[in-house]
Amino acid sequence: MLEPFEFGFMQRAMVAAALVGGVTAAVGVFVILRRLAYIGHGLAHSIFGGAVVSFTLGINFFLGASIWGAFSVFLINQAARRRQIGGDAAIGIITTAAFAIGIAVISRARSFTRDFEAALFGEILGITSQDLWMTAGMVLLISVVLFLFWKQLVFITFDQDVATSYGIPVRWVEAIFSLVLAATVVAALQVLGVTLIAAALVIPPVVARMLTDSFPRMFLIAVALGAVTGFIGVYVSWFVDVSSGATVVLVQAAVFALTLLWGAIESRRGRSATRRAERLAGLERALND
Amino acid sequence: MATIGVNELVRLDGVALGYEGLVALRDVNLRIEPGELIGIVGPSGSGKTTLLRALLGQTEIYAGDALVADNTRVGYVPQVETVDWNFPITVEQVVLLGRWRTRRWLPWVTRSDHDRAHEVMEQLGIAEFAHRPIRALSGGQQQRSFLGRALVGSPDLLLLDEPTSGVDIKTRHEILHQLVELNAASVTVVLTTHDLNGVASHLPRLIALGEETVLADGPPSKVLQPDVLERAYGQPMLVVRSGHETYVLPVPEEAPGAHEGDAVPLGEVEVIAAPDHDDA
Repeated sequence: MLEPFEFGFMQRAMVAAALVGGVTAAVGVFVILRRLAYIGHGLAHSIFGGAVVSFTLGINFFLGASIWGAFSVFLINQAARRRQIGGDAAIGIITTAAFAIGIAVISRARSFTRDFEAALFGEILGITSQDLWMTAGMVLLISVVLFLFWKQLVFITFDQDVATSYGIPVRWVEAIFSLVLAATVVAALQVLGVTLIAAALVIPPVVARMLTDSFPRMFLIAVALGAVTGFIGVYVSWFVDVSSGATVVLVQAAVFALTLLWGAIESRRGRSATRRAERLAGLERALND
Repeated sequence: MATIGVNELVRLDGVALGYEGLVALRDVNLRIEPGELIGIVGPSGSGKTTLLRALLGQTEIYAGDALVADNTRVGYVPQVETVDWNFPITVEQVVLLGRWRTRRWLPWVTRSDHDRAHEVMEQLGIAEFAHRPIRALSGGQQQRSFLGRALVGSPDLLLLDEPTSGVDIKTRHEILHQLVELNAASVTVVLTTHDLNGVASHLPRLIALGEETVLADGPPSKVLQPDVLERAYGQPMLVVRSGHETYVLPVPEEAPGAHEGDAVPLGEVEVIAAPDHDDA
């Protein structure tokens, strides 16, 4: 059972997955409550384009992908402000175009295929100590920004209209959040890959939402769930010999399914209890009459 | 350059305002003094919410001068329909959001924030629901929670968008009573309402909107006039006074020619049910 802990690459992978799982869940809480699940998916594809261009130009992956992600977010915000386009269409156009640039570069330079596959599907087991420190640095930076803008983000997410009237600089806070989202996707790219990031952003917060009606509690549950499922997913992948990124998402999906099942059983129990109480009350009335 | 008077909280001089280049209201001239209680009335789309947002500085001003006195703390209660009910938030957390201005860059709330929030919740009678999710409350309790969020920042000017829409008569009465009490405690209150009989006619000052401008401004006796209401609502209205009460009714089809002072054939009044006052 302790075999995976004997290898340095597995230790690094489990720590990276826990860090990335926790931070994607933290950002994901705001993503799902703002109904932006689609932007997470889109940005992951967009940043893939950035990763490809970084490889081609020989730029640091984190730097190149972050700049590409930030630029995509800027373009999305600019396009979404035009009434005729709208947010959904802007995300669809810009992120797909950025992804297509990545594909075009791949098709011109086939020697990079392995690296691109890693970006698409994640290559957590190949994480070096330097990668881990970079990931930890990004996670720390994202956490600090979330902490500093906590009140503003909560207010804007719950009631943007009133937040504006209270003098919260909504556009600035939204821009900062978009950059945080882009940074999160970049940090998660090597662990989960483009294709699985959206699930890690969405599943832990959705499960947490199903378990509580309090925002701070939802946040804490989501972060804990993201970190624990990340860790367990990589650990389990050692034994089942399946891609680590996919295993992390499958573990999260299993937790979601169990929560859904538990909710259905609880709701059924609640209905039965209500029916029993109603029957008893009816019996009592009949006896009194 | 226009300046605001000593006894003025808000001053709009010949203002044209709206959004994205589209003018919603024009030639708006308005003075609001500290301690007033004002209702904005008019049909849907007449610009009630837009005027309220202009006072919040959230509209574009295309002409004229719109001034709000320096250091005015504004509290805003939006229409409950605009709230995201899926958001997991308790009553206490909603009220605490209103303390944002006190320590802007401190990410957490302080003991004094908590104390002030509980003081306001006690005042509004919602302290017992402090830890309940807001979506689990009744319409009136939700409205009071948002009122709490506006009040927790100790506003000088309180703006409310349809505060009595979707609540029952008793709750409407309680909300109005609370607003009158706040006003008596020197908070200036401006609210929008669709309810001419249950709300507007009881307020000391009304502003009627229609035809993209302010049609009338003054006490209900001046604003709730058939000619103003017909211009605002686009249909003839009857204004009936009984003692101190004023009622606005659409003109019945069988009495299209009714005029001021006419005996209007409204039909017999039948008491369907009355409260049982038998104390024996």
